[in-house]
Amino acid sequence: MELVCPAGSLPALKTAVDHGADAVYFGFRDSTNARQFAGLNFNDQRAAEGLEYAHQHGARVFCAINTYPQPDGWEHWKSAVDRAAALGVDAIILADMGLLDYAANTYPHIPRHLSVQGSATSYEALRFYKKTFDIRRAVLPRVLSLDQVRGVAKHSPVELEVFAFGSLCIMAEGRCYLSSYLTEESPNTRGACSPARAVRWQETSGGLESRLNDVLIDRYSPGESAGYPTLCKGRFEVEGNVYHAIEEPVSLNTLDLLPELQALGISAVKIEGRQRSPAYIADVARTWRQALDLASARPDAFEVDPTWNRTLAGLSEGGLTTLGAYHRKWK
Amino acid sequence: MMKLSLGPILWFWSRQTVFDFYARAAEWPVDTIYLGETVCSRRRELKADDWFGLARDLRQCGKDVVLSTQTLIESEADLRGLRRICQNGDYLIEANDQSAVQLAAEHGLPFVTGPAMNVYNVSTLKVLAKQGLKGWSLPVELSRDTLQQLIAGLAREGLELPAEVFAWGFLPLAWSSRCFTARHYNLPKDNCEFRCLQHPDGLALRSRESQELFRLNGLSTLSGARYDLMRELPDMAQMGVAGVRLSPEYRGMDEVVRRFDCVRRGQVPEMDPLALVEAPPCDGYWYGRPGMERSG
Repeated sequence: MELVCPAGSLPALKTAVDHGADAVYFGFRDSTNARQFAGLNFNDQRAAEGLEYAHQHGARVFCAINTYPQPDGWEHWKSAVDRAAALGVDAIILADMGLLDYAANTYPHIPRHLSVQGSATSYEALRFYKKTFDIRRAVLPRVLSLDQVRGVAKHSPVELEVFAFGSLCIMAEGRCYLSSYLTEESPNTRGACSPARAVRWQETSGGLESRLNDVLIDRYSPGESAGYPTLCKGRFEVEGNVYHAIEEPVSLNTLDLLPELQALGISAVKIEGRQRSPAYIADVARTWRQALDLASARPDAFEVDPTWNRTLAGLSEGGLTTLGAYHRKWK
Repeated sequence: MMKLSLGPILWFWSRQTVFDFYARAAEWPVDTIYLGETVCSRRRELKADDWFGLARDLRQCGKDVVLSTQTLIESEADLRGLRRICQNGDYLIEANDQSAVQLAAEHGLPFVTGPAMNVYNVSTLKVLAKQGLKGWSLPVELSRDTLQQLIAGLAREGLELPAEVFAWGFLPLAWSSRCFTARHYNLPKDNCEFRCLQHPDGLALRSRESQELFRLNGLSTLSGARYDLMRELPDMAQMGVAGVRLSPEYRGMDEVVRRFDCVRRGQVPEMDPLALVEAPPCDGYWYGRPGMERSG
């Protein structure tokens, strides 16, 4: 199984490669990718440097162009595909059917991966993408249980990549408009969820408050650690109870599932976090490299080293990790 | 004249409630009725044959019937349900994900897309047209201006693909494999006791300042405010929008339909349908603003 790591910047890309990534993925510095963050992502020159570095060290580079262009942005998104092709990336990660069509017709020789934002949760959906755009690989949304992943893998006409570690998006990716409902910007339209420009922090007599476009997302007691106000991880009131009604702040960690994922023939595991620092990438990539090497050398005797989990828990939201939807009980 | 359609029932209602609802709907001035369970595979008050029976009855009453497919397909059982719908051989399919597009195309069945399919540009519509697309719904987060560009783009391509706009009801905003209703009751999803039945218009999720943000409805999350584009109907008609979708609600739907029918005929309804039900209105998405906002 390949280790696919996030690269939000050139230093992060190099760090990922240095610490054992088989492939890295990056996006351009605009809304053509689903992780638009101020100060992150790549212009063409930095991307070219990153590609050179990765290729010199035997790693592949994927370019994510995985938001959904509207008519007034069509030329811009199309040119992002052209730029990725000109850079010589090893694959383009796409979600939009129109762009997949463009890429397949214009650059048939460049492999196309279906982004998690493409929201394919069944092998029939994968057959559609394979037949229509000849995709090579698909990234599965984080909503399937391990049993369901097994069902998809058994009949999949393409390589599969699954999420291994990082922030847990609990809605089917590519079909969540909660963010634009509150702030106008969503992953699909602008590559942003709960965008920073709409966030406001305020110390009040009731505690520290986080707001998203003026909507109260959470209120923290003194001493309680405060997380980024991603709206689905806020505390809300339902029938008089105040709780994390949608999801707790927690990260996905699937180290325990590695041998099973390997046995299912999953081609790659993906680390989430293009917004994270090179130091974070170094720790996560190193840990997963060790785990993957062990799983591949001794699949029957694979055991999770407790230090790996300690390292990963320290890098997780709220210090907590979960198997998420892979574990049916989570649902 | 613009068509009025009744979207699929997004909530979980008892069998009798569903039959009563459609018995009344048969008399309403709606042109198209979408039938089927689109949210959760555990919701089986009606079996496939019940839906097919309703489809026959409503067609006999002169309605265009469309069979809607589940939005989030997760299991082999979900696919079996989907195949059953796609093998009906008779009715138009509302494809709510690419699995349905694949199966409809395979069976040579025409289909339309629902608002959860990511149709953001004309190239996407061209791809789907090759698979048998006959009409499409605007994704709910898109604006009037984008819709106008899409309609103009289709005209330039010489493609006749009627557009429908979700114009009334709580907006379906997200789907998860987690059931938020079961979670609220501390029940596992697989043993949810069908608590959705107790909430025929969802569970209100409010901020700690009592702002209605969302409605939890099993696996789906809907808007806390009710989308209402009634006063935009004349503008839509001018733009060439083929129809508007009204999303079924438990109460007051007769009046909502009657008033939308008035407006599409150029008449002025006696009162705003919003007066019927307690929930804030919104129309932000239409103006390219945060969806929860209300203009004017």
